[in-house]
Amino acid sequence: MANKLLIKNGRVIDPSSRIDKITDVLVYNGKVVKLGKIRNSANTKIIDAKNKIVVPGIIDIHTHLREPGHEEEETIESGCKAAAAGGVTSVLCMANTHPVIDNQTAVEFILMKALNDGIVNVFPIGAVTKGSLGGELAEIGELKNAGVVAISDDGNPILNALVMRRALEYSKMFGIPVISHCEDNNLTKDGVMNEGYMSTLLGLRGIPKESEEVMVSRDIILANLTGGYLHIAHVSTKGTVELIRNAKKNGIKITAETCPHYFSLTDECVKTYDTNTKVRPPLRTKEDVEAIVQGLKDGTIDCIASDHAPHTQEEKNKEYDLAPFGMIGLETLLPVTITYLLKNKKLTLNQMITKLTSNPAKIFKLEGRGTLKPGSIADITLIDLHKEAIIEDFVSKSKNSPFLNWKLEGFPVTTIVNGKVVMDNGKIISK
Amino acid sequence: MKLKTKDLLGLEYLSKEDIELILDTAVPFKQLFTRSIKKVPTLRGKTVALLFYEPSTRTRASFELASKRLSADTLNITVASSSVVKGESLIDTGKTLEAMKSDFVIIRHSMSGAAHVLARNISSHILNAGDGFHEHPTQGLLDMYTIRDKKGKIKGLKVVIVGDIMHSRVARSNIWGLTKLGAQVTVCAPPTLIPPDIQKTGVKISYNLDEALKDADVVNVLRLQLERQKENLLPSLREYTLLYGLDKNRLLKAKKNVLILHPGPMNRGVEITSDVADGPNAVINEQVTNGIAVRMAVLYLLSGQEGVKGGERINEKEQ
Repeated sequence: MANKLLIKNGRVIDPSSRIDKITDVLVYNGKVVKLGKIRNSANTKIIDAKNKIVVPGIIDIHTHLREPGHEEEETIESGCKAAAAGGVTSVLCMANTHPVIDNQTAVEFILMKALNDGIVNVFPIGAVTKGSLGGELAEIGELKNAGVVAISDDGNPILNALVMRRALEYSKMFGIPVISHCEDNNLTKDGVMNEGYMSTLLGLRGIPKESEEVMVSRDIILANLTGGYLHIAHVSTKGTVELIRNAKKNGIKITAETCPHYFSLTDECVKTYDTNTKVRPPLRTKEDVEAIVQGLKDGTIDCIASDHAPHTQEEKNKEYDLAPFGMIGLETLLPVTITYLLKNKKLTLNQMITKLTSNPAKIFKLEGRGTLKPGSIADITLIDLHKEAIIEDFVSKSKNSPFLNWKLEGFPVTTIVNGKVVMDNGKIISK
Repeated sequence: MKLKTKDLLGLEYLSKEDIELILDTAVPFKQLFTRSIKKVPTLRGKTVALLFYEPSTRTRASFELASKRLSADTLNITVASSSVVKGESLIDTGKTLEAMKSDFVIIRHSMSGAAHVLARNISSHILNAGDGFHEHPTQGLLDMYTIRDKKGKIKGLKVVIVGDIMHSRVARSNIWGLTKLGAQVTVCAPPTLIPPDIQKTGVKISYNLDEALKDADVVNVLRLQLERQKENLLPSLREYTLLYGLDKNRLLKAKKNVLILHPGPMNRGVEITSDVADGPNAVINEQVTNGIAVRMAVLYLLSGQEGVKGGERINEKEQ
């Protein structure tokens, strides 16, 4: 098979090189070779991208692939397929597996599995502390050498401020961000949804917004103290957006991500006790949704990530209090973002693509990715902005999505990873 | 008129008309209790399963009696001696009861939304007998029945609900029902036991029972769960009693004919003293009797039968 790929007549958008025009992209040996009008030649696979947009491969900086430990929920193989289905060419996977990714061997396991079974790029995130227990620091230098692109105890906050200080301080020499899951567990206690009118009506225990904001404030103060690189995961509240905006103004080294469910859903969705709406941080209110959209608009929030968190039907089909937190998101990342941010004219196409490609690549130093510059790695996503579909099933092993049966607009149609087509018109092309 | 719903999950989901229909239909059922044969054949051949995940005396006995007085067969699932202790899930237990052709499943559960989970998964009529902090609709109905029976109306009455509003399903059902029927409701508790934005349901908030009592027509005293102190929501029970306990002295500040309700079981000496609980203003035992009538009405109406209209008028005539 030809290793030459010609993507013809698409609207090519590459924020990293300020390109937005209808043209062709030539891929050879896994690299982007040329942008411009290119004639067909022999031994070249042609992809017709007419009426589609052609963008750098989507980078999802927050996923849970669950392997090792919870292969019944997702594996590296199935998670990568779900990513491909969602137009995602690279995933950053969180360290809270069983065992935790807190040592070189565990990182190597992920990378080996990804190489053997994965059809998209997998970049592991290492734990900040041993066992993600929030105590002793993990061997961050060794983790970095083994290939992690960031460190995080995501799933749990680092409650001890001294530990967080040391993590920010120590990791400075490696130039990798500390991704903070901001939550004060004492304030969250046994809360299961946003604290407010809806939790009052439903009789469910609330998680106040301040549970997130108290920790964001603390981490900003510590980032200022240490000069470390802080990245705030899954921003869900108006207060957090304001805190980050101010921190950036004050020159603190901070970046942030939010997730599609935080700009599309509110705690009203919990009304039916559908456990697919149970997520941490919880779905907030209309006011927060608006502030997050504003934060995306003005650059306070740098990235959009899925926080893909698979759980089986058995785990989820339960009383609300008993179901685990989390929702899958790899396959709805693009359609929800397009439907809620682009179609509603909240973000420009260029802004949206930036937050899904070049910003993630920049923050996590993913060389040659998040761009279509000649010489870069040929991770490319083709999107049909006008395709409408009802979300009916998932490639992921798990189905825990609040968007099931929703009609959305704007879907990926082709996913190309390292110059190879891994998804075409919804069909996954396995190894 | 018929009830347009398959299940009774909460009073939030019922219209004013639905609630009035249930209260009206309960009136003739209550009259039945004065006869020597307290039974009607209305639900003969039907099966009512009682699935109680939490301890209960009056609600469970009341539903059982209500079913029996309608000639239904009852099936008691005591969770402590059932497959639940072997790890059977709520849904599987519900499906088992459905497979046994239970026409009604009455569920009491410590978690909010448990009745919804069941209603979504099985076809039997689901009656919520209390789910977590969410709702306890038949308690709300029997409280309203009692108030209407004694006061002749609900509209315009000033009702104070005092106690742990935050963790009370009785409070929520009362709030929905009473506000729909036009009462003015005040919730009274320390700020730590008032849930956020509760005023959006149309109630007033008071931290001071003495003030709230002044012009109250009805006071519904909630049971204080003794573990709230451990959660640091209260410094001590003693202080709670000092500030929110209903005793004889406090009662003197209220209207002479104020009605005192309590859903039971009471912590005598904590939220209410015995002289008040057993005094002339209290209607706590009548609440229990009315509970059976209201639950008969609910079972009867959910089975699809025609209800009675105009109970409020019947009541006024009786007075």
